[in-house]
Amino acid sequence: MRITCPLCGERDRREFTYVGDAVFLERPAPQAGPDAWDDYLHNRDNPAGETRDLWYHETGCAAWLVVTRDTVTHAVHRVELARDVKEGGHAD
Amino acid sequence: MVELVAKSPCAGLLPLNIGEVVASEVAPGAMTALAPYAGRAEALSQALEAAHGMALPAPGHSTLGAEGARVLWFGREMALMMGPAPDSGLAAHAAVSDQSDAWAVVRLDGPGAADVLARLTPLDLRAGVFETGQTARTELAHMAASVTRVGAESFVLMVFRAFAETLVHDLKIAMQGVAARREG
Repeated sequence: MRITCPLCGERDRREFTYVGDAVFLERPAPQAGPDAWDDYLHNRDNPAGETRDLWYHETGCAAWLVVTRDTVTHAVHRVELARDVKEGGHAD
Repeated sequence: MVELVAKSPCAGLLPLNIGEVVASEVAPGAMTALAPYAGRAEALSQALEAAHGMALPAPGHSTLGAEGARVLWFGREMALMMGPAPDSGLAAHAAVSDQSDAWAVVRLDGPGAADVLARLTPLDLRAGVFETGQTARTELAHMAASVTRVGAESFVLMVFRAFAETLVHDLKIAMQGVAARREG
């Protein structure tokens, strides 16, 4: 598996660490209630198809990345800096 | 009174000369990490240019100054200046932290230097992809490293100082393997 880091270019998977579903970027408000927090902390989809993960370019540029990939074809469709996603820098 | 003598990270370990490849220690001078504050990268670049004659490098690149001074791109919103002591004006635009003595800096020269590295890192080292002056943060024998191409068959490698002995050990094994291949 190769991931094309927006800063470093195409790199081998072993430079990256998988963190989890990109839902971690959408932290609920403190008072959002137990259902929202339960969802955020525990409930994950397990899609056959497109999924969005957070990866950390650990031995590379140390950026957090949002990787959009397909769990059926293993294709990596898009890699973005998590900061750009979070701050709306990219029209997705 | 005890006289303390500064010891370089690879003292007693280098140089290594195996086959046609030479690994030698570099004395890089001062090393300073520059992390520009939000929105201040351009201002930092101008201050760097004014004070040291080197602009802030784009991702994956390095800029050269006078007398072997160099600024490496060193990660997301991070650069590493090697050589001169940093001008005090840089602190207005960036977090400036002294990294001198924190890194083991090794130069690898000779025909087959890229073959040696290819045994240790997943980085694409082909000359057309990784040109002279380009730099990468990557993995070198499972250590977080910085690799810079400084010539057609020359690289500068950096790992944390505590890993100097591991780096030299792994380089030695790889150099022996490449030398054996090239003899055959």
